[in-house]
Amino acid sequence: MESLMMILIGILVAVATYLVLSRNMIRIILGTALLSHAVHLLILTVGGLKKGDVPLLSQSEGPFTDALPQALILTAIVISFATTAFLLVLAYRTYKTNGSDDLQELRGMPDE
Amino acid sequence: MNNLLVLPLIIPIITAVVLVFLKDHIVLQRIISFITMLFVTVLSFILLNIVQTEGILRLDFSGWLPPFGILFVADSFAMILVLTASVVTTICLLYAFSTIGNRHEKMFFYPFVLFLIAGVNGSFLTGDIFNLFVCFEVMLLASYVLIALGGEKRQLRESLKYVLINVVASWMFLVALAFLYGTVKTLNMAHIAVRVAEAGQDPLLTTVSILFLIVFSLKAGLLLFFWLPGSYSVPPTVVQALFAALLTKVGIYALIRTFTLMFPLQQDVTHTIIGIMAGVTIIAGCMGALSGRDIYTIATYNVIIGVGFILIGLAVGTETAMTGAIYYLIHDMLAKALLFLLVGMMFYITGESVVKKMSGLIKNYPIFGWIFFIVMLALAGIPPLSGFVGKVLIGQGAIEAGSYILLALGFASSIIVLYSLLRIFLASFFGETTISLEDSKPIPKGAYWSFILFTISIVFVGMGAESLAVYVKDAAETLMNPSIYIDAILKG
Repeated sequence: MESLMMILIGILVAVATYLVLSRNMIRIILGTALLSHAVHLLILTVGGLKKGDVPLLSQSEGPFTDALPQALILTAIVISFATTAFLLVLAYRTYKTNGSDDLQELRGMPDE
Repeated sequence: MNNLLVLPLIIPIITAVVLVFLKDHIVLQRIISFITMLFVTVLSFILLNIVQTEGILRLDFSGWLPPFGILFVADSFAMILVLTASVVTTICLLYAFSTIGNRHEKMFFYPFVLFLIAGVNGSFLTGDIFNLFVCFEVMLLASYVLIALGGEKRQLRESLKYVLINVVASWMFLVALAFLYGTVKTLNMAHIAVRVAEAGQDPLLTTVSILFLIVFSLKAGLLLFFWLPGSYSVPPTVVQALFAALLTKVGIYALIRTFTLMFPLQQDVTHTIIGIMAGVTIIAGCMGALSGRDIYTIATYNVIIGVGFILIGLAVGTETAMTGAIYYLIHDMLAKALLFLLVGMMFYITGESVVKKMSGLIKNYPIFGWIFFIVMLALAGIPPLSGFVGKVLIGQGAIEAGSYILLALGFASSIIVLYSLLRIFLASFFGETTISLEDSKPIPKGAYWSFILFTISIVFVGMGAESLAVYVKDAAETLMNPSIYIDAILKG
């Protein structure tokens, strides 16, 4: 199961890298969103996929699953949600004021 | 256990939330934010003194004992930085009152400065590496807003790049965290240190540590500083000063913490890499500062030189060098903030940012000119100003450890710093004045006060180095002997 997950993470990172390296703003933002999905799966996988019972003392005798990776992922999801939302708004405003969503055109002049 | 420890994080956050509801009451916003920062400054000074008498303090949130819960840890190093950051923010706020303008103030400028300082203080205080990530994000989100606030063409363009770089860096931080958790199964920094020592820091852990090195280098502007000159030159002056003083320093703090506490065992690998990176950073920074024609470029490349110089202290890794690095860190936060405020004020007075197009400023603004002179001397490390002690101690440490190349690079960079700033001073402050006394724009009173307060603190850090020595020595000792830190957390 772990190796399957690792392949999936690899594919996600590859796709995301391709998107981030493109020139279109929206594609880059989608790329960062995919990157964050990949790393969430990575945390889940290296933290150990489900091997035990629910981590509730009254419910079972154990061994228990480690619940911490899920807490970490939840935090990371919230943060990446906030940054992606901010990025989308920023990209929209940049497009409105600069009149372009092509990063090649947004390089700026060296002595402006 | 000391509940005071959470206040440098929680007070700015609560005040910021309150200020959001006072959108149109600008005077009230100013007063409240200033009092808050003053309070945090006093509080962190008190905490620093408590650390001296009672040893390292910790606060286990909701009573979860380490290594299970999240905790805040205050050792001298963290508290010194919290104190300096709070002082810098307080004085920068004073500058902001008279210069930032109504438009920014109504668009939640003060709340976001407070969120920024909350994230910075949290990053310094936390004892849990995932919590460090969260505090980094709090700080970064506030900085994203501050850099884009104003919405000019250039600003939006550069802030987009800044945000994207930092999103990718945060992603790498998470990857490093995932591998670290997968290997050592803990997130508490002290506990990680114990586990790493037990396992003997094998190649896998060293690789993870290098991943952390890359992440923190991106934030600190160590070698990976390509984003820094562009994004630091677009926001309003006071935001530039805050960024130059605080953001890169949080990265430096994280680097020092990571490689003295958690991964100190493979020094010939990690510290060599840091040494090379610091050397290259200094060379590149010097080249940028020399080739820059406008004041913003020169100032931003000076930030990069400073980062390289502090990390020589870490790369050398002796106790003397570490003491020097801490002294220099305090000096750099104060002096860089002042440098950016002065540079911004030059632009405000003349409307020009190219060095050669300004001339004779010192005739109309004598105090302003001499303050620039003082900060130039401080950055070059002339005694008795603040840069001197740090430079001497880092140099002494480098000689002890026999790293003569880093020593030579570090001291050569002082001359370049002096030259690059002297060029501004000679060209823009001396010579024929282009503006007559009647036409010249007056410098706002608040701005003058902030310049004078910064100058006083620079002189104090230089002259009063002896009185700071108690705190700095203790901080360096804790950094060099991680067992003090580990025992305070896991055996208390």
